[in-house]
Amino acid sequence: MSSTSSPSSVLVETPLRVVGTRPVRPDGIEKVNGRALYGADVQLPGALQGRVLRSPHAHARIRRIDTSAAAALPGVRAVITARDLPPAPDRVEEMGDRTTSLRYVTDNLLASEKVLYQGHAVAAVAATSDAIAEAALALIQVDYELLPVVMTAGAALAPGAPQILPGLRAERMGQRDPQPSNLASMVRHERGDLEAGFRRAKVVIDRRFRTETVHQGYIEPHATTAICQPDGQVTIWATTQGIFSVRSQIAAVLQIPLAHIKVIPTEIGGGFGGKITVYLEPLAVVLSRKAGSLPVRLVMSRTEVLTSTGPTAGSDIRIRMGADASGKLTAAHAELYYEAGAFPGSPVGAALVVSFAPYACATMRVDGYDVIVNRPRSAAYRAPGGTNVAFGVESVVDELAAALSIDPIEFRLRNGVKEGDLRPNNEPYARIGHLECLRALQQTEHYRSPLTGRNRGRGVACGAWGNWGGQSSATAALNADGSVSLNTASTDIGGSRASIAMQLAESLGISYEQVKPRIGDTDSVSHNDVTGGSRTTFATGWAAYELGQKIAAEMTARLAAAWKISAEAITRKSGGFASGTQAVDFAEAARIACDDEPLMVSVTVNPKLYGAGFSAQCVDVEVDPDTGKVTIVRYTIVQDAGRAVHPSYVEGQMQGGVAQGVGWALNEEYVYNERGELLNGSFLDYRMPTACDLPMIETVIVEVANPGHPYGVRGVGEVNIIPPAGAIANAIHQATGLRMGALPMSPPRVLSALLARKNGSKGCGAVSQG
Amino acid sequence: MQAFDYLPAVSVDEAVAALAAGGAGARALGGGTDLIAQIKEGRRSVARIVDLKRIPALAEIKFPPEGGAWIGAAVTCRTLNQHVEFKRRFPGMHDSTHLIGGVQIQGRATIGGNLCNASPAADGIPNLIAHRVRVHVAGPAGARVVPVEAFCVGPGRTVLATGELVVAFEFPASPVRFGAAYLRFTPRNEMDIAVAGAAAAVELDDAGQNFKSVRLALGAVGPTPLLVESAGPRLAGQPVNDASLELAGSLARAVAKPITDMRGTIEQRQHLAGVLTVRALRLALDRARGTRTVDALGRPL
Repeated sequence: MSSTSSPSSVLVETPLRVVGTRPVRPDGIEKVNGRALYGADVQLPGALQGRVLRSPHAHARIRRIDTSAAAALPGVRAVITARDLPPAPDRVEEMGDRTTSLRYVTDNLLASEKVLYQGHAVAAVAATSDAIAEAALALIQVDYELLPVVMTAGAALAPGAPQILPGLRAERMGQRDPQPSNLASMVRHERGDLEAGFRRAKVVIDRRFRTETVHQGYIEPHATTAICQPDGQVTIWATTQGIFSVRSQIAAVLQIPLAHIKVIPTEIGGGFGGKITVYLEPLAVVLSRKAGSLPVRLVMSRTEVLTSTGPTAGSDIRIRMGADASGKLTAAHAELYYEAGAFPGSPVGAALVVSFAPYACATMRVDGYDVIVNRPRSAAYRAPGGTNVAFGVESVVDELAAALSIDPIEFRLRNGVKEGDLRPNNEPYARIGHLECLRALQQTEHYRSPLTGRNRGRGVACGAWGNWGGQSSATAALNADGSVSLNTASTDIGGSRASIAMQLAESLGISYEQVKPRIGDTDSVSHNDVTGGSRTTFATGWAAYELGQKIAAEMTARLAAAWKISAEAITRKSGGFASGTQAVDFAEAARIACDDEPLMVSVTVNPKLYGAGFSAQCVDVEVDPDTGKVTIVRYTIVQDAGRAVHPSYVEGQMQGGVAQGVGWALNEEYVYNERGELLNGSFLDYRMPTACDLPMIETVIVEVANPGHPYGVRGVGEVNIIPPAGAIANAIHQATGLRMGALPMSPPRVLSALLARKNGSKGCGAVSQG
Repeated sequence: MQAFDYLPAVSVDEAVAALAAGGAGARALGGGTDLIAQIKEGRRSVARIVDLKRIPALAEIKFPPEGGAWIGAAVTCRTLNQHVEFKRRFPGMHDSTHLIGGVQIQGRATIGGNLCNASPAADGIPNLIAHRVRVHVAGPAGARVVPVEAFCVGPGRTVLATGELVVAFEFPASPVRFGAAYLRFTPRNEMDIAVAGAAAAVELDDAGQNFKSVRLALGAVGPTPLLVESAGPRLAGQPVNDASLELAGSLARAVAKPITDMRGTIEQRQHLAGVLTVRALRLALDRARGTRTVDALGRPL
């Protein structure tokens, strides 16, 4: 079936019948009628209810924890602290969304010597009722010695700053610093002579930006139930982006063999990168073990989710770019300081690769700093690190284009990357659709329409994300009636049951309705990496494609045996099989093939040619000059999907990414007091946009097939969140003349900048001139 | 969530007795949209809840023939939003009652609860102040009447003594050429708490050109909702024009004593006190004159 248009392409050339259609999702009915089971819905007979005691302080030494009164409370079955976790060696392992020291992972689960952020877990209890568990928490005595708090990258790197992680010495471009500090690491990518590049420029723009901590904001709080049997066998129900990642994290932390742990996925109410790291699951296992193997259920409140999980890094960013008179970039320089939270692992590494990714420039330097602060440990969030840096880069590009009197899309086209150009980390691009996205945006009715109305502005921005492949495994069983049971273990977080089943149906030449996809537990198939990195429809979809090829080949072989002819004599025809005068439809072929022996196939893959994704966006805003409130009037997103397997879900991803980007741009931020206490730990005061704050987001899917996938698929989940903040900043500039240098561009910040200009001074939100 | 005693009262006397017996640990329950959330989040400790919703006197809606209205304290926002006669007599109050939560919350939330919760940012209270509402209180020592602007004494604190509860609100009759409005500022369009709020009620002269009386009130810019006391005497008799509106805005800014918190800044709130006052006045003027010169947010069309 497969044939190639170029040596490196694996694209199938037959016309597609299923891929590109919009069938009903298999999990839709039970989600709409409320029957789907999510993390907190798991209610086992005899289950104990757990609660976690969390630090009220952002930075303190734990002198002593006394759990005796809590343990003595009738109904309490187990109380645990860090002492109940196995001692963790300082050994670096792949853990969830990062490679890090096991000691840090363990210490984030339950603080041992110090608490490092408000909400840091200190102890956990399991009791016969939630009310008793809550009462028990109040009986745990913790003696804290308060330490000075360090809340920003600037404060953390200042001379004499309090050391947050004892003994942490930075790894600076492969070398270990001699002295400890709050810098965890520093990485640089560069090419060309930077200062010579800036000397060739006619215009150089040099700006500094600040972005605040934001949370993924998934609707479902973390929840788990676990049982640890007396023989050490563990069963865990988890709402997670990756059951195998949960298994390996627990195996490492609790020192249990992988095969002794079974993780059963529930449905998941969003994750966006934030449901990869484990928080509750290991505690539930240890509580169950200590409570005589009773099941233990732990459910976070919304406030716990905000104080103790996620978020993504706040950042200080400097962007310097130069262009010659023709509008060609001559040099680009970025310095990124990302706040990792209490443990190393901010997304600054990914941010470096995002930074100037849409721009072809021979001279470039990007420096990234991973900085420890007294905030919750940051976790992956949709295109991790990308939105922060693109806010800066796209603002500076807008200024450059304006300074040279070049249309902002035209400027991006002149400098846009295409196949063979280099990313900031100097890896070349394969076939990509960046220029196609920009041209498609240029052609939209939105961009071509005149901007009307008072106090309005229009902004554009673009972004790139590398996407990912990763490991997947799947099995499929052919049933005698021609239906196919598809078993995967990739979390379905955005409709991937359908998009994977569609690829199997396409590969097998049958209808989507003949395939029943199921998501199994960790004992059902082999390893699957997390649903993250926009990889699942690409990689698990690839596995589904191969399953179809294998089933078809086996069916052909069995038909050949039954018909006593050679397999080569059998051809596929409209879903069925034929040879000379004989022809059977797929169901009849399945009956014959399964007559003597069941037919089941398995596939494992790790596809490497995941194509990068690009998006270009245009937004019209209206700024109320009296209140500083920014209203999104119109929004258009263009994105290269490679091939949109299920266009409705691709559009949903595009709209969802924009919606989150709008929230990040306009209102979302962690607000702390001077003691490092979070003041807005609720969805009332952590202001994500609601449907009332957004117009219908218009979508344009561009399809520049990824030659590294049989159907040309590219990941579509992440790149859409990268451009919004920059696009909105540029639109605010056109509406008001103000360049906003900090996210969120919230009413008090915009108003302050407006009032400062009126009064002839600089507002806190305005960018300083470089 | 802590355990508490739940006592559903069926008469004012029973409720007063139950609240008095419960002392400081007792709390009256209206719709519970604030109270239940506070208990759940551990922000308020309550040993006894006295439910007022089954008391007939607190559910009354009466319209005296001479004008005005008598609204029981446990009447829900939803009921007021659907009430043709109340909306005809006091169209400005709808600005508040339809802002408090969504339809489901409005079906529970009461105006009495909005007042007694005494949030500085309450959407109902500045509007009640602008409407010169009088609060009828029952208690162990008998009944009394409190002007609504004197009811709140601090964040979450009111003049109610132990055992006292609000029975009803008395709305005085509106004069002719009367208009009122309430506006708030929130970063989000829904699901948000006022960063600042302003209510305005105006009475115009026969020609509709001069203020006969003006009453302005502010929310979320002080420890309690605030009456802008200077506005009445300074604006009465003044012509309606940009200068008098700007004067009203400056009087509001002068009264505002905001704080910076997670919902807004001092600078922003001080400024918004003026902006919202002018906008609410423009909306109230349109209503008094039967004209339409501003949009729903009080911005000139």
